[in-house]
Amino acid sequence: MDSILQTNLLSLILFLPTAGAVLLLFFPRDQVGAIRWTAFLISLVPLGLSIYLWTQFDPAQPGYQFVESAPWFSVIGSNYSLGVDGISLPMVLLTTLLTPLAVLFSFSVSDKVKAYMILFLLLETGSLGVFLALDLLIFFVFYEVGLIPMYFLINIWGSANRQYASLKFILYTMTASLGLLLSTQIIGLTLGNFSIPNAAEFWPKLTGSFFGLTAEGLRVAAFWAFVVAFALKVPVWPLHTWLPDAHTEAPTAGSVILAGVLLKLGAYGFLRLVLPLYPVESAQFAPWLAFFALMAIVAGAYASFGQTDFKRLVAYSSINHMGFVVLGVAAAAATRATANAADGIIALNGAVLQMFTHGLSSAGMFLLVGVIYDRTHTRNLEEFGGLFPLAPVFGGILLFTSMGSLGLPGLAGFVSEFMVVRGAWPVFTVFTALAMLGLLMTGAYILKGIYKSIYGPLNQKWVGHHLEISTREVIAIAPLLVLMLVIGVWPAWLVGVINETITRFMAG
Amino acid sequence: MQLDPTTLTWLIPVPPLLAFFLIVLFTRRSRWLSHTVAIGLMLVSWIMSWSVLAQILGREHFGEEGTIIAAAQEWLPLGAEPLKMGVLVDPLTAVMLFFVPLICLMIFIYSVGYSNFQKPADPHDKPGEPPHNGVEPLYSRFFAYLSLFAFGMLLLCVADNLLLMFIGWEIMGLCSFLLIGFWYARKYDDPKQITPRQAAVKAFITTRVADVVMLLGVAYLYSATGTLSFREIMYAEEGHKLIELAEMASPIAGLSAAGLIGLLLLTGTVGKSAQFPLHTWLPDAMEGPTPVSAMIHAAAMVSAGVYAMIRVYPILAATAEHGAEHGLTPPTLVLATIGAFTALFAATIAVAQNDVKKVLAYSTISQLGFMLAALGIGGYVAAAFHLMTHAFFKALLFLGSGSIIHGVEHGMHHSHEHIDPQDMRHMGGLRTKMPVTFWTFLIGGFALAGFPLVTAGFWSKDEILADAWAHAPIVFYTLAIAALLTAFYTMRQITMVFFGKPRTAAAEHAHESHWTMTLPLSILAVFAVGIGWVGIPEKFPGLGGLLPNFFHEFVGGALLEHPETLEFSVIPLATSLVVALGGLGLGWWVYRNAWAKADDRDPLEAPLGPVYRVLKNKYYVDELYDWAFVRPAFWLGEKLFSAFIDRGLIDGLIHGVARISLSLGLAIRDWVDIPVVNRTLSDGSGEVVKAVGREVRVIQTGRVQQYLVIALAMALVIGAVLAALNGVALVGQ
Repeated sequence: MDSILQTNLLSLILFLPTAGAVLLLFFPRDQVGAIRWTAFLISLVPLGLSIYLWTQFDPAQPGYQFVESAPWFSVIGSNYSLGVDGISLPMVLLTTLLTPLAVLFSFSVSDKVKAYMILFLLLETGSLGVFLALDLLIFFVFYEVGLIPMYFLINIWGSANRQYASLKFILYTMTASLGLLLSTQIIGLTLGNFSIPNAAEFWPKLTGSFFGLTAEGLRVAAFWAFVVAFALKVPVWPLHTWLPDAHTEAPTAGSVILAGVLLKLGAYGFLRLVLPLYPVESAQFAPWLAFFALMAIVAGAYASFGQTDFKRLVAYSSINHMGFVVLGVAAAAATRATANAADGIIALNGAVLQMFTHGLSSAGMFLLVGVIYDRTHTRNLEEFGGLFPLAPVFGGILLFTSMGSLGLPGLAGFVSEFMVVRGAWPVFTVFTALAMLGLLMTGAYILKGIYKSIYGPLNQKWVGHHLEISTREVIAIAPLLVLMLVIGVWPAWLVGVINETITRFMAG
Repeated sequence: MQLDPTTLTWLIPVPPLLAFFLIVLFTRRSRWLSHTVAIGLMLVSWIMSWSVLAQILGREHFGEEGTIIAAAQEWLPLGAEPLKMGVLVDPLTAVMLFFVPLICLMIFIYSVGYSNFQKPADPHDKPGEPPHNGVEPLYSRFFAYLSLFAFGMLLLCVADNLLLMFIGWEIMGLCSFLLIGFWYARKYDDPKQITPRQAAVKAFITTRVADVVMLLGVAYLYSATGTLSFREIMYAEEGHKLIELAEMASPIAGLSAAGLIGLLLLTGTVGKSAQFPLHTWLPDAMEGPTPVSAMIHAAAMVSAGVYAMIRVYPILAATAEHGAEHGLTPPTLVLATIGAFTALFAATIAVAQNDVKKVLAYSTISQLGFMLAALGIGGYVAAAFHLMTHAFFKALLFLGSGSIIHGVEHGMHHSHEHIDPQDMRHMGGLRTKMPVTFWTFLIGGFALAGFPLVTAGFWSKDEILADAWAHAPIVFYTLAIAALLTAFYTMRQITMVFFGKPRTAAAEHAHESHWTMTLPLSILAVFAVGIGWVGIPEKFPGLGGLLPNFFHEFVGGALLEHPETLEFSVIPLATSLVVALGGLGLGWWVYRNAWAKADDRDPLEAPLGPVYRVLKNKYYVDELYDWAFVRPAFWLGEKLFSAFIDRGLIDGLIHGVARISLSLGLAIRDWVDIPVVNRTLSDGSGEVVKAVGREVRVIQTGRVQQYLVIALAMALVIGAVLAALNGVALVGQ
């Protein structure tokens, strides 16, 4: 007798948050405490199941594991099919980890708590669906579903400029999704179904002529549609300007999920779809991708350094950090199934690890900016100054997290950045060398944040204010700190899982 | 229980890290407990290091395969070849393990007195500012940071590969940031004077410029050889990999891979060891508490830079014909040039400084230049020797200067004066007030100046000069002038601080420091004298051969081929004697009666004229960098990338599209929908729609919750259908 844990583990992880959201519907609106705790406890269940999934996952086994499949839209050949491999598993863990932390941190939200918590749980399902989907149409549906809760989170619980930011966010992303939808349908129509493993096998080899176009021409067009959609989500320079606005205006926990999880959807799209489905086009245009990654790294770092709004500074840092993910992807695209695949393997391992480590550090930074904003109602760096004595614990955690974000060796970010640099160096030597300018400026903007906020003479304005971080907030951020340290010191447990999948993939 | 040396080596860096976490998490409220934990665990590290040394010193031919301590663990699975991390103790590591933990321990003990542990807290003191006369408000934190610093350095010392070394290297970078900016809230009346927090950022960013370049070197080396392990790259198969590297072409024409890797790695050291043109952070790092200066200048940080270069020297010197054998390659040439130039350049600046710590700071830069120049011309052993002796006497000098400052501050407290306690013009006559500090400082100063025969500095500097004379005369002349200046400014400093009459009431009331400060001074003074005797050249007239030249024999074992012992030549020896004694004598002669009052002018000011002003302003390098790099960085960040490109160009474009779409929509409404569709075609159907709309409006409440209910209901229906289908599918199986 198979227990449901064995057969439908992924569906459970995927839909438990939604079930929780439904449950919350029946709560009276004014039972704020019960709503918060229920949401938090529910969000812990997928986390527990993900950890169980991690222990049951066998990295050495090729292909997808825990596969579930059921007909969904049989007329057009779309199936509800889920599965994990070494690339998606860390993302599932990241998502299920960050959601409870975001919910716990959001206990300070007191406006429309019920709707807020429901949106968060739906957001989790939306993101998990993308990571778990093995069907292009399911992938697309979840990819879009994730946008709606985020739109409302920014639009309703955001700060002053939230209308503009939420509209910009949704229009930007929707526009880019149009091409993705069209291309998805083309693939489905030409191949007869939407299965991702199937598409990875046959779509690159497709020949003949369709809709009056050659298969090659069709692939190039679809390739660019995919690239634009995912590049915008990552975001790759110059498609990034929605991000500083959305991150800055979103409520703290919203920024956490946005930076920690939603940006990863774009990078994941490159890994799951662009590279496998378009090996030839990816290799051909890899230098361009590397160039835009370089621009993201350098321009993101400089722009971050130029901010006076602490949250905006952190937002721009995501562009800088995600640039390394794309650089790693570009290096892998250029070397897949060639003699230099070993370099690509290191770069791509680094890219996936960077997705995870950036999830930790950016989430941590946004939480901390949220803490200080909550107390002072300002994000302007010029209005802080010398806060260290008023909030020593907060200051210590800020120092630690900042160093994690900066990529200090010994913490997680360094391992992934080093791997990307090492892997990309032989492939894109000049770009990698120039990317060091971005790495230098990373130091500059991180130190700017510390220098202006906790260092310096105490701004007398804050004397008598209670600025110290609360125990609940410390608990919400502690797992991130621990993971940053653990991965920095001993990355093998995580990279071991990623590496097996990547190595098989890069062989071609 | 006897631990085997390999296990011990793994454990050496651990205690200080443990101390860091213990203090941060548990003991920070108790000052006594915090410093006990820090010192106690540092002591453990020191004992472990020296017991490793004790076990390996007896080994025959230590340094050859099989005699060294080496162990590695898989750390990162990458493709088929995992990256390994491990520890290595060869002769070079042994040298580091000899002095690093000992000096760290001395600095830790000294910090107890320096931070006024014995005094009660002063209610006027604020955290983040130097205490006036009470105990340091952030006492425990200071020991936590110091412990982390020591951890970084020890990790770097025992690392068996470049990546682990880089990790230790960067952890020290963080600690120097934290410690230089320890008094982060301090501000000065003079807005031009650099504050600790500015100095901290400056140090971090300047060294990071170098570090990111070094990271490329690490990445390049890794991709070219497939490993980062020192032994595998430099020693395995008689240096086979080095010859490969030297034959491999690099992306830059005319440079081999070994050459480019060497230059990239060497840039890291230029930053870390504060060599020209990245030297500017080090003098400003004096804003940190004085034990930190000793930590940065002697035990860790800058020494790490030189150590790294000695460690990878075989790569720097690799040539296709000879593998690792000494040869003039682009990296060694650059090393020799930068080293020799910096040695002289920094020495000239030191002559015109009045801050007691700044003089020492520039002397550090200059002495590190000596080491790198020595290494560049092939003086592998000489560089390592000077690294060790310098660590002892420079730690001694810095701790001594801290003691001096403390004495003067105590006097200030007495006399209620407001003067700069670090300005040597405000001192004078401290010889009798602070006898232990005086004698130990004198010993350190003479070691720095290379006072013949009795001081350690003489033996190591003499060896550098001998090497230079044999291999590169131009380096020899440059270093000789630098050595002369070194002796000169050292004597200037000693004279200004200790001799003559007290020039302020504060100096008049200065008194000797607490025993926790003078004890480390005395211990270090013993080493500043005695440690030179391990490396007396065999052919030295009179003394040579009395003691075996142990150091040369021992450290030489770290290379594949033992370096030759030089023929004795009288010229470098005579030069050593002349510049050391001449410089000291000249310094005494110029400065013995120079200052009667604190605001007298320097006797060199008038004769040197504008040159003196240039020296005093450190050749205006800071001003140049501010104009060339710092301002452009702000402009790029604020104006170009944020305001112009993002908000102007990209958002401008998007807003433009939005505006056009909006006008298009309005135009369609005004010119098509309303007149054509609404009024003519569809008034009838419109009425129907309106009616339906009125009915359905009840669910369109504008309340998100209700939308959600509907959305969820739909989701549930879909989910139920799915579950049913899934069930069917399962049954079907």
